[in-house]
Amino acid sequence: MAYYEEDDLGRFSEVGRHRPDLFEKFMAWYQACQEDGALTRREKALIGLAVAHALQCPYCIDAYSQSCLEAGSNMEQMTEAVHMASALRGGATLIHALQAHNSVGKVSM
Amino acid sequence: MTKALPVVNVGADAPPASVPDFDAKLAAHGLSLRAAAVETLQVNVGKLCNQACKHCHVDASPTRTEIMTRETVEQVLAAVRRFRVPTLDITGGAPELNPSFRHLVAEARRAGAHVLVRHNLTVMFEPGQEDLPRFFREQGVEVVSSLPYFLEQQTDAQRGRGVFEKSVEALRRLNAAGYGREGSALKLNLVYNPVGAYLPPAQGAIERDFKHELLSRYGVTFDRLYTITNMPIRRFLEYLRRSGNEERYMRKLVEAFNPSTVEGLMCRTLVSVDWTGRLYDCDFNQMLELGVAAGLPQSIADFDPAAFAARRVVTGAHCFGCTAGAGSSCGGAVAAAP
Repeated sequence: MAYYEEDDLGRFSEVGRHRPDLFEKFMAWYQACQEDGALTRREKALIGLAVAHALQCPYCIDAYSQSCLEAGSNMEQMTEAVHMASALRGGATLIHALQAHNSVGKVSM
Repeated sequence: MTKALPVVNVGADAPPASVPDFDAKLAAHGLSLRAAAVETLQVNVGKLCNQACKHCHVDASPTRTEIMTRETVEQVLAAVRRFRVPTLDITGGAPELNPSFRHLVAEARRAGAHVLVRHNLTVMFEPGQEDLPRFFREQGVEVVSSLPYFLEQQTDAQRGRGVFEKSVEALRRLNAAGYGREGSALKLNLVYNPVGAYLPPAQGAIERDFKHELLSRYGVTFDRLYTITNMPIRRFLEYLRRSGNEERYMRKLVEAFNPSTVEGLMCRTLVSVDWTGRLYDCDFNQMLELGVAAGLPQSIADFDPAAFAARRVVTGAHCFGCTAGAGSSCGGAVAAAP
């Protein structure tokens, strides 16, 4: 058995088998987050796609790739969103070099 | 004597076993599908087309020979005149390639019908069709044209190489003829459908994108954008099966079933006519050869809107395509997305 099964995405609601009250609260909040608001559904789907890549969650990448298409986005826009996630991950890694600088500085003459 | 086992007819268009019965799904929501009135006669004048799009539910192409004869065109016109049909919606194939197309348009207009032509844009560059914008303008025809996306890559992936560039040029010529201009009575509406196995976006949102992108990139304007869901029949079904997407796509349609779309479905106000004059509840049923319910007139020669006004609509698994999300019709979305 593979650790990730594509069909499991459609079985998400089974998580609610135990403590359904908590799952229902999560789903209500999750779905409310997707609605048009100050941000459009399309902008939110692109944010979701970027976060999915940062989390490297295959379920989320699958779900939000579809959401982006169904919100009218194209591959150029989706790729830019993924680059944003990648750039932040890269930047977040790189800025920790200052931690190393500080650490080295503490013990260096 | 051994009794023969009953034959289970699993035709080429049979849906996956997991797809529920459409009428049962309606009944579970306290609904049934009956027509409300006949406001539109949608006439498919033939399967001949200058394009062969990958999603085409008609299987139209340059090699198809099925085309409505002049005799059948006259029967359509007789029905339009006799029953004062409010709207004649002409489709194909590329309907302009039917030799009787211009006669049908002109006579229907003379009879007072609103005429809508499903025009694929590129047919304008076929021999003898260059004056189509002028003809449309003179007849006061409403033009509805497919443009699946505002970028070349997506459009050509679905409709064929070079189609996007020609389509943009055709839109410019329609604009020049007065179509799709703000304040103009000459309506130019576009049709978006997904370039793959997914649902269309919210109609209002994608219309704003199209308006902005087509104007800023190409200087083109239009009136409304209609979002249409790809129906899981014929050429698009072949694609779904070839790409391993059929089960997933059908599940998506069924899960997105929205009961509030039912009231606005096109089959409630439309009767569809095929190239031989046979009658159907919609163009999709026509392609599946699912004629109108038994007991109703089956041919345009016997058409009577009174008999069709409250008819039971013949349904199938493909109907989930029209009831998914915000719904889908020849005029685009029919409800707010759930």
